[in-house]
Amino acid sequence: MAKKKSDSKIIKVDTLARVEGEGALYIKVQGNSVQDVRLKIFEPPRFFEAFLRGRDFKEVPDITARICGICPVAYQMSSVHAMEDALGVKVDGPLRDLRRLLYCGEWIESHVLHIFMLHAPDFLGYEDAIQMAKDHREVVERGLKLKKVGNDLMTLIGGREIHPINVRVGGFYKVFKKQQLKDITEQFKWARDAALEAVRWTATLSFPEFERDYEFVALRHPSEYPFNEGRLVSSAGLDIDIREFDQHFEEEHVEHSNALHSVLKERGAYFVGPMARFNLNFDQLSPIAREAAEQAGLSRECRNPFKSIIIRSVEVLYACDEALRILENYEMPDRPFVEIEPKTGTGYGCTEAPRGILYHRYSIDDSGKILDAQIVPPTSQNQKTIENDLKEFVPKYLDLPDAELTWQCEQAIRNYDPCISCATHFLKLEVDRE
Amino acid sequence: MKTEMPVLLIGIGNPFRSDDRAGLEVAQRVQRSANDRLKVLQITGNPLALLDAWEGYSDVLLVDAVSSKSQTGPFQIIDAVQQTIPAGLFNTSTHNISVAEAIEMARNLGQLPERLKVYGIAGQNFQFGETLSSHVDGAIEEVVRHILSYIE
Repeated sequence: MAKKKSDSKIIKVDTLARVEGEGALYIKVQGNSVQDVRLKIFEPPRFFEAFLRGRDFKEVPDITARICGICPVAYQMSSVHAMEDALGVKVDGPLRDLRRLLYCGEWIESHVLHIFMLHAPDFLGYEDAIQMAKDHREVVERGLKLKKVGNDLMTLIGGREIHPINVRVGGFYKVFKKQQLKDITEQFKWARDAALEAVRWTATLSFPEFERDYEFVALRHPSEYPFNEGRLVSSAGLDIDIREFDQHFEEEHVEHSNALHSVLKERGAYFVGPMARFNLNFDQLSPIAREAAEQAGLSRECRNPFKSIIIRSVEVLYACDEALRILENYEMPDRPFVEIEPKTGTGYGCTEAPRGILYHRYSIDDSGKILDAQIVPPTSQNQKTIENDLKEFVPKYLDLPDAELTWQCEQAIRNYDPCISCATHFLKLEVDRE
Repeated sequence: MKTEMPVLLIGIGNPFRSDDRAGLEVAQRVQRSANDRLKVLQITGNPLALLDAWEGYSDVLLVDAVSSKSQTGPFQIIDAVQQTIPAGLFNTSTHNISVAEAIEMARNLGQLPERLKVYGIAGQNFQFGETLSSHVDGAIEEVVRHILSYIE
């Protein structure tokens, strides 16, 4: 919607759809320059970190899973790794593989939802996926079916598809006989082919010309594309143990957002998520995923955030391929979990949620009661980078009609698949031109 | 009503959002009196699950809470095969795809069941909580009676 007053005008969109959560965006343009960009997150804080205090360490995966209905596994994984770190426990072998398998399910259902339901309509000029389905029925059907395979894996391994109940500190409540994984293995053979098609399809979309010199931050593991473990590295040379997170990153409160902005102490804004993982871990992709990325026109470096839709598809392909590898090599663990005795300590966990690194830190006493908790979700880390993208993007496209410019700003936000649900629900967009 | 295939009743909602649990309550109460002509399901997650849930069924009843301020009665019934669901009518969910959107998605994909009746129960309170408003409790009983008479 555009309003004019003398030589200035305001472009306002009351509801920006197709994001997870509620927030607002305000952009003020004067002449050819952007004066102000504010990604406003206005839902009240949810105080999860505060009400974790005093709870038993074993409760942490089930409580933190409730932070998000889209990425509960990420919260469970970061929290159990942090607790195991505090208690000096290492979970490996088939139990570690099962965790990785569960994470594959979450990446698939989360990424596929965003690719086909939330982001693809932007590139094809549809208001939403419902309208898109009329003209691209086969693509949407395949997307929904692919998402369902991810959901089915979550249901099988996690106990249910949203807020899984099978994860515990030290492993799982229940593990599976190989025979129980037979049906899902067959589904994943189809899913891998469908994911390959998704990469090819997203590569045919048109992308705005836009690149920035980001500092990408992601986990890096010596032998695998990162899910649960690794060192924190960046494209600007950061290479730290996750225990050093607080020494290099800090959270700031800004007036217009109820979600803290996370910045690198020395350099400010940074970028987490699929783009960061891809740029920092291209060599760790499986051969089929790497080859598909190259055939889609991606090289080791991609700095156009609009192409994140291709990268998400590559990660879906990787997750399907990795899930199949784990399923086909699976042997039932001897025991579902490692026994743990509480003791005083502080532990750190950082895993790769679909939208980027999710950092947890907990201190517990000798009875296992939580004394202190810190949780830094990926969307709060990307807030400043989203604002910076818009500061550079808007001046390049000021010649566009208001409606189109507004659309592209919304699309630029959706590049990050922001999960404001981890804090909020609606997103309103307002562009103020003077 | 005579059909060989069972009727599918789906109650949908969030059990922790007060009146938004109305659809689930209907499903639970009908289940107690149900017979082999009725299959009952509850969905608490993403409404896109509807498309899989009703696959293979030709006669589906869907019950959800409605946040519409314009609704006058305790509940309304929409023939979703004949009529587009008004956007925002079932917008009580915090998920990104609403029930109305899931139904319209199914329509565009040719995945609507042959018959789809949607019961919308007017809710007042969608805040966190597990207690129903008193008038919603009454509406639930009316919808349960309506559904039981439909399958008899």
